[in-house]
Amino acid sequence: MGLRNFFDRIEPSFEKGGKWEKWFPIYEMVESFLYTPKTVTTVAPHARSYIDMKRIMTYVVIATIPCILMALYNTGYQSNLAIAEYGASGWRAAIIETLGIGFDASNPLANMAHGALYFLPIYIVTLVAGGIFEVIFATIRKHEVNEGFLVSSMLYTLILPATTPLWQVALGIIFGVVIGKEVFGGTGKNFLNPALVGRAFLYFAYPAQMSGDNVWVPVDGFTGATALAVTASDGMQALAAQGFTWWDSFLGFIPGSLGETSTLAALIGLCFLLFTKIANYRMVVGCLAGMIGFSLLLNFIGSDSNPMFAMPWYWHLVVGGYAFGLVFMVTEPVSGSHTNAGRYIYGILIGFMVVMIRVLNPAFPEGMMLAILFGNVFAPLIDYFVVQANIKRRAKRNV
Amino acid sequence: MAQTYRSQLVDPLVDNNPITLQVLGICSALAVTSSMSVAFVMALAVTMVTGFSSMFISMLRNQIPSSIRIIVQMVVIASLVILVDQLLKAYAYEISKTLSVFVGLIITNCIVMGRAEAFAMKNPPVASFIDGVGNGLGYGLLLLIVGFFRELFGAGSLFGITILPTVNNGGWYVPNGMLLLPPSAFFIIGLLIWAIRTWKPAQVEEREYKIQTVEAH
Repeated sequence: MGLRNFFDRIEPSFEKGGKWEKWFPIYEMVESFLYTPKTVTTVAPHARSYIDMKRIMTYVVIATIPCILMALYNTGYQSNLAIAEYGASGWRAAIIETLGIGFDASNPLANMAHGALYFLPIYIVTLVAGGIFEVIFATIRKHEVNEGFLVSSMLYTLILPATTPLWQVALGIIFGVVIGKEVFGGTGKNFLNPALVGRAFLYFAYPAQMSGDNVWVPVDGFTGATALAVTASDGMQALAAQGFTWWDSFLGFIPGSLGETSTLAALIGLCFLLFTKIANYRMVVGCLAGMIGFSLLLNFIGSDSNPMFAMPWYWHLVVGGYAFGLVFMVTEPVSGSHTNAGRYIYGILIGFMVVMIRVLNPAFPEGMMLAILFGNVFAPLIDYFVVQANIKRRAKRNV
Repeated sequence: MAQTYRSQLVDPLVDNNPITLQVLGICSALAVTSSMSVAFVMALAVTMVTGFSSMFISMLRNQIPSSIRIIVQMVVIASLVILVDQLLKAYAYEISKTLSVFVGLIITNCIVMGRAEAFAMKNPPVASFIDGVGNGLGYGLLLLIVGFFRELFGAGSLFGITILPTVNNGGWYVPNGMLLLPPSAFFIIGLLIWAIRTWKPAQVEEREYKIQTVEAH
């Protein structure tokens, strides 16, 4: 193998004493990305398993593929629908016209191409900006750059609105990587989800570009609220009147952030993650139970002034970022609880908080991002109580 | 006393800064740093209060019974704060409205109490005054640095003068709204502490515990 030989030939230059010693993390990153990592855990306690970090991270990226395809398709579909009414402008339209693809919303290929022109710039900027900071930290702190960043960058891209200015994309992922992960020591030591930290930073720093009616469909002049915003202001009837159907929301043909509109795509990803045991089913069950339970309770209580009370649980499931967050963020093993009982509680807490924020807090129509960050913060505390309860129970047994 | 007056004045600026090393007075540092002029007035007010309260408490230190010393200190500090509050209301009404309760809360600012307890009770008046002023200036310096970042990037101006014309006023700069919210000061102070401790590694605290590693066979 030519490539292997090439790596073997240049490796000594990167090792201690070699002339490019300082750049070892970059060499290691490229090499371990292409081949199996060389270093394995050598100290006890040590459970043997085929699943190493590289495989976990790669599997999560594979699980996002349905969401990526849906992101490409739906972003293009929504834009092409709007373009039919408002007309096309900008450099993306110029590229599409040059290629002769056209703006036909019923042509899947045209939709995919148009969507890619929004998805790819955001993704590339995320990879480059975040990657630079990953490498800076890896070089100075002498740890490795690993596949974890591929996951963070993909998730981060998928939860941004298509209209996000690229410099904000860069700023957000840098904040997420540095404040959300590296200051705590890097991959595996972050207590918050880095992708969500970046998204939350943008949400609070640049609310005009991250929320409201103008950001979800990238066509000048088009305004359209998300399903949650419509319901929050006018109720479930308005939702139907605006043309939102449950099936559209489930399949993902509604305006929203790039990759989080489709519940179906997220659920396909979930099946993959559960089947490969990357995601822990307890968190998913807990999160569903918390959301369903609390929304049923609110349905039962009812309210004359707040139409969100009437939103049934199966709508909560399909609108906003709930499904995407449930599959890819709640199940993230590092920032969640680590005890099995704690995982149920952690899930329930997030499910409860989502409905709480969506329904009872008029300032935030979308609640999944803040609910998961809230859950992340409480995860260690939940673990602490679970462990303490276990110690007490066992102590009682041996009186 | 090995410390000279000069070192008492200069040390709290960086080497022994009340905010970045002792991590005191954080609450007001979050609340009043969204614009530089407010931060400046607050810095001035705290410097006055710490300086004079340390001096007066030091004058009284041999008369104060140990059992009620906190109460006596509070009386001195509170009187000075009320004085400062009245002065601000008289001569800088707009800013005093922005500062609102935070002038009153100087009474509970840990820096003022801390210097009274730790230094003024054991040292003569002049030294105490200089120590108080030094700590007030250390606090003020940090307030101004935090205020600089928050106002410049959050509102595009410094002391109310436009530096980066914002989009809403027809300029090009998109202001970062988060910097106008108090939690952003947490990030800035945290990053400053990081920067200072990288610059002066002597300030880095001992680890409370170490991650145990077993040597590989």
